[in-house]
Amino acid sequence: MTTDLTAPDARRATVVGTAAAPGPGTRSGPASGRRRPPVLAVIAVLIALFSLMPLGYVAVMTVTTGWETASTLIFRARVGELLLNTVLLMLVSVPLCVVLGVGGAWLVERTRLRGNRFWALALAAPLAIPAFVNSYGWVSAVPSLAGLWSGVLISVLSYFPLVYIPAAATLSRLDPALEESAASVGLGPWQVFRRVVLPQLRLAMTGGALLVGLHLLSEYGAFAMIRFDTFTTAIMVQFQSTFNGAAGNMLASVLVVLCLLLLVAEVRSRGTARYARVGSGGQAAPGRMPLGRLHVPAQLGLLLLVGLAVGVPMWFVVRWVVLGGSSIWAPDELVPALVQTLLYGLVGAAATTVVAFPMAFLAVRRPSWFTRSLELSNYVTSSMPGIVVGLAFVTVSIRLFPSVYQTAVVLVAAYVLLFLPRALVSLRSGLAQAPRELEEAAQALGVRPFLAFVRVTLRLAAPAAAGGAALVFLAIVNELTATLLLSPNGTRTLATQFWAKSSEIDYAGAAPYALLMVVLSAPMTYLLFQQSKKAAGQ
Amino acid sequence: MGVGPAERGRLEVRELAKSFGAQQVLRGVTLSVEPGGTTAIVGPSGSGKTTLLRLIAGFERADAGTVVLSGRGLAGGDTWVPAHHRDVGYVAQDGALFPHLTVGQNIAFGMERATGARARRATRTRVGELLEMVSLDAALAERRPHEISGGQQQRVALARALAREPELMLLDESFSALDAGLRVATRRTVGAVLRDAGITTVLVTHDQAEALSFADQVAVMRDGLLAQVDSPLEVYTRPVDRATAEFLGDAVLLEAWVDGDSASCSLGSVRLAPTTLRGRVQLMLRPEQIRVDEHGPIRGVVLDTDYFGPESTVRLELTSGREPGCETSTLAREGQVISIRHSSAFIAARGTELRLRIEGDAIAFPPKP
Repeated sequence: MTTDLTAPDARRATVVGTAAAPGPGTRSGPASGRRRPPVLAVIAVLIALFSLMPLGYVAVMTVTTGWETASTLIFRARVGELLLNTVLLMLVSVPLCVVLGVGGAWLVERTRLRGNRFWALALAAPLAIPAFVNSYGWVSAVPSLAGLWSGVLISVLSYFPLVYIPAAATLSRLDPALEESAASVGLGPWQVFRRVVLPQLRLAMTGGALLVGLHLLSEYGAFAMIRFDTFTTAIMVQFQSTFNGAAGNMLASVLVVLCLLLLVAEVRSRGTARYARVGSGGQAAPGRMPLGRLHVPAQLGLLLLVGLAVGVPMWFVVRWVVLGGSSIWAPDELVPALVQTLLYGLVGAAATTVVAFPMAFLAVRRPSWFTRSLELSNYVTSSMPGIVVGLAFVTVSIRLFPSVYQTAVVLVAAYVLLFLPRALVSLRSGLAQAPRELEEAAQALGVRPFLAFVRVTLRLAAPAAAGGAALVFLAIVNELTATLLLSPNGTRTLATQFWAKSSEIDYAGAAPYALLMVVLSAPMTYLLFQQSKKAAGQ
Repeated sequence: MGVGPAERGRLEVRELAKSFGAQQVLRGVTLSVEPGGTTAIVGPSGSGKTTLLRLIAGFERADAGTVVLSGRGLAGGDTWVPAHHRDVGYVAQDGALFPHLTVGQNIAFGMERATGARARRATRTRVGELLEMVSLDAALAERRPHEISGGQQQRVALARALAREPELMLLDESFSALDAGLRVATRRTVGAVLRDAGITTVLVTHDQAEALSFADQVAVMRDGLLAQVDSPLEVYTRPVDRATAEFLGDAVLLEAWVDGDSASCSLGSVRLAPTTLRGRVQLMLRPEQIRVDEHGPIRGVVLDTDYFGPESTVRLELTSGREPGCETSTLAREGQVISIRHSSAFIAARGTELRLRIEGDAIAFPPKP
């Protein structure tokens, strides 16, 4: 039985007065929705393809080298040694970073630690010191530093903030109701931590661990300085001796495989459990536990950690600066390096933000399987180490675009590719704060669509875009590996100058550059810290 | 192209259809709104109401059909007027105030950009006038949207849309996000402002009480079509089908048999609204039509009472119609249970016998299959 909606006894609104003249074209034509050309989608696909280029390069290289050569180059003792070093390094450092990061975050966010505002910032501070400067400081402190355990020391001290920051952000917005429910079922504090708090930290822990692992795989300067051989240092040595040799490319392909394995491991370990709050209602701020007798040991522990991570390198940097006297402050070397670093940083940050915009816009405004696969490709490329990106650009620019090889264009392009994910994350959250409804409201008020976009959406996303650009700037200032591979002749950035000086064991000469890098990085690190707090809703 | 006074603000929507991918959301909607009139489009979630509004506002393009405002074609066939050229005001569900601007800047957003001190003063004066029109304090102009309450935000959004003196105002569930007490007050203010200004208004809501009280024409939407378009009284007392009846309020539904201009059911003989149906039908009464009357012909026993302050809902089991010789005995089912409303002065205890009578006409619908 169908309900007859045009039943005769249904009364329609009576039209008083003359009937309105029907508008033109009352015939119902075909779908009159004029499809806008998918310009944004095309641009986004091109950008995604561009960012997959290093992966493609490695794949092509492996294939063209042929299985015979490749297997002889890959399956040899040297590679086994490198693999052992790298795997051991990761197996020891990553868990240590997770423990320190989560422990520090818990102390700062969930206990009545005195001075937790200070400790919160202090634990994030090591990010302002590039790993190779950290290494430089420690080598100055203990010149005999070498081998696996030194590598572990440097890695843990440099990278534990990568776990600390997301863990702190998560802990600060944990729902206390969950822990209270667990306690009411009879679980003690340690069990509550293990069974309720830790699972919620899973995303932060796996994401942070992934970041630490990727940084370890791609770090060059820090390990070269302590003469600890990893894939990256070996590739660099190959590159410097035989330029574009097959051996270097094969090492790069093994490195890429390791990175992809890390990615897969992280995705798998995320699990399928839900992490967002189920049910409605607001949530209270989580409570803070008193430390009692553990207070003093906790403070001492944190002091030790921050002292080793920040205190030791900074102390020695300053000591070298003082020892070097005024002679190391040569303006004709220092100023150009500073200016070039700033220029590359600003141009790179601006270019990355602009390039990230189409993908961020599509991901927020028109989510679909298409944008999700774009994000996936971006996730994969974000794991590529700087050295692989550098190698890829060297080969591709020589073979395909020889005119831009060894120019600033290639270097900026490499920066864009390397740091696109950071800009994307910030832009996405910024655009999410400018929903389509606001633009439509502006249009309904008579503002042209493009102007509405500029006056409303761009204006609202601007602070987040600036934050993303600042993070890219921070990364560019501290970038060493790709810059060494790609910078045009005569380029001097703070990082390359530092590296040149410290390679000549001119530690005093390298000190001003180290100091400048830290000074430039400090405000950006503070910004990163503030952003993570804001994302947590504080 | 001059528009006569009888035309300004007249909205004509014909056969509007829209699909999103495989899902057909609107299947040929036709609606007319008088100049200066208020229409409420009411329907359950997913019935296509917001899509209809967005088509009229120009945020989406329809697959078929026309939209004509003040005699000017806005959409249809080859005509397409983009949103910023339609003279249509739009107030979104949560107000959609621009968070980076103050209240005053929000209201002035659609006005001509003021250059020069005199123009800026004129803008400020106009903003003050608009705030007063929506019963808000002029001092609010300096605040930011997040510093004012939800009801105030709605009124600022209205003032912002009114700044351009549009011919048509579209309100998309504008009162749904407010809590109960605020909702009624805001609704009254907004309704008064729009009526005084003579602006044609279309309100979309899922709240039937809101639709019935706010508008002078109610359009009930279901599954992409308008089931009924009529005055609030007609739509409530003479719903066109069972689903519409149940959507607009509580309904007491009974099996009945049509006999001339009355129907026989468990409540006895009931006067029918004019209908072409014969034989078995389903009868609809509103609970408030069944009154407690100590001389009434219908008898029932109270099963339970739900007291909620101003009224109680009383569930009774009918006992009349079971006596021998009653013409309704063929249709009277053993222990039919119905709900009625009564004012709180009377609280019936379980097991009390009540006598009832019917007020007004019942509506006949085709029988349930």
